[in-house]
Amino acid sequence: MTVIIDKKDLKKKYKKVAYYPGCALEGSALPYDKSTRAIGKELGLELVDVKDWNCCGAMEVKNIDPQVETYLSSRVLSNAQHKNKMDVVMAPCNGCYKNLKQAEHELGHNQKSRDVVDKISKKAGHETYESGDVETIHALDWIKMGYGEDELRKKIKGGLKGLKIANYYGCMYTRPRNIFPEKAPGAGGDDLIKPHYMDDLLAVAGAENVDFALKTACCGGAHTLSDRDMSTKLVLNILEAAEAAGAEVIATECPTCHSGLEMHQIRALKRMSKKTNVKVIYFTQLLGMAMGLSARKVGLNGNISDSRGLMKEKGII
Amino acid sequence: MNSQKMRSVKELEAYMDGPKPDMNPIDQAADYLLVGEEMLENWLTAQERIPTQDKKEGFRILALHRQGCKGEPSFNACRETCRELAYYYNLITLEPDSDEMSSRLRMMDIVAKHLVLFIGNKMMDDQVGEFCCSAKVNRLNNEQLQERVGVKNG
Repeated sequence: MTVIIDKKDLKKKYKKVAYYPGCALEGSALPYDKSTRAIGKELGLELVDVKDWNCCGAMEVKNIDPQVETYLSSRVLSNAQHKNKMDVVMAPCNGCYKNLKQAEHELGHNQKSRDVVDKISKKAGHETYESGDVETIHALDWIKMGYGEDELRKKIKGGLKGLKIANYYGCMYTRPRNIFPEKAPGAGGDDLIKPHYMDDLLAVAGAENVDFALKTACCGGAHTLSDRDMSTKLVLNILEAAEAAGAEVIATECPTCHSGLEMHQIRALKRMSKKTNVKVIYFTQLLGMAMGLSARKVGLNGNISDSRGLMKEKGII
Repeated sequence: MNSQKMRSVKELEAYMDGPKPDMNPIDQAADYLLVGEEMLENWLTAQERIPTQDKKEGFRILALHRQGCKGEPSFNACRETCRELAYYYNLITLEPDSDEMSSRLRMMDIVAKHLVLFIGNKMMDDQVGEFCCSAKVNRLNNEQLQERVGVKNG
């Protein structure tokens, strides 16, 4: 089914959204949370935390029982709808974003899933979520469609001053493709094969985006505990691809990818004597600094990859 | 472009880790494309499937990838990696005098290596694999699920 996005009402619709940080943004990805909230405030976009939110099921639950995972994600959507009275949920984490979209798709296409979710929801004592009641968007949609590039341009102060950036979207922002009907060709959303929303926003902020061949390639995130060497090799390849493309920074929009890139960059040096210099920064941090927010306000000091020297050298902070 | 004898995953991993033989850029680009095709052939033959000789959009690697995805949607995680190989092959062969030849070959080397790592890892991991986040378990019907996880739902 092709869904054509009606862009004209999105600015109004996305001005105030339910915010689902998920577990990563309250832990390892605190700088992503901090910078997302900071730029929302700066742009006048209101975030209301989903009340009593729970884990989306992440990558683990589906291997035991995918219908429980569908339920977990549906509960987040149900809470946003019934407890927050909202009809849009913004999830900055690719894993959460993908799982909420997957639940939406499952509930729209699978009677068995609907039955299981209804049964567990009743047992848990809350309203059953029904497909179509809440829209799930990513932080990239939120800014690109809810604020817009023209308006964003007016907010840029120092800008990113030609900072060379490789935009890394990871594997879950566009896959599996059937759960993202708004990204289908002609639907008006981001591109399934070559996503560009992050490129667009950072270009407005003054960055020079490099042609990055591995922008949606696997970072080995799911293997980071079970086979660390493989994750390190995959990450090292991504870092080397970014450097070969001339990038000084890899911009990220997924906390799993981000922490994987940071940690395995260090591990590649320690275990494989492979040094890479490219810095890893959340796109929200980059946008915030471009708008004149301080490094502290966007949590730059909270990143493992220390980019403060480069940002000073470039005159960005 | 079809290999006489498909190299094993180990041979391909070792090949991508080591220095490449001296070749002209066009042959080198064709070689990287062949590495990708052979990795996909390994993926398919491990599942007792016969690798296609067809082409999609002019490339066998894209047809092989599509074949490799059948019944295994998580394999789409390397779809764009295959497309990037085809893209760089086109750049290199269509602009043989480009100043960017060496950087394009370097990028093709990295992309081919990523494909080798990704598929090799999937084959090692999953007895034909399940680690990634868009894994096929989401698409199985209830009976298949029960068989897979060994428990009853509901």
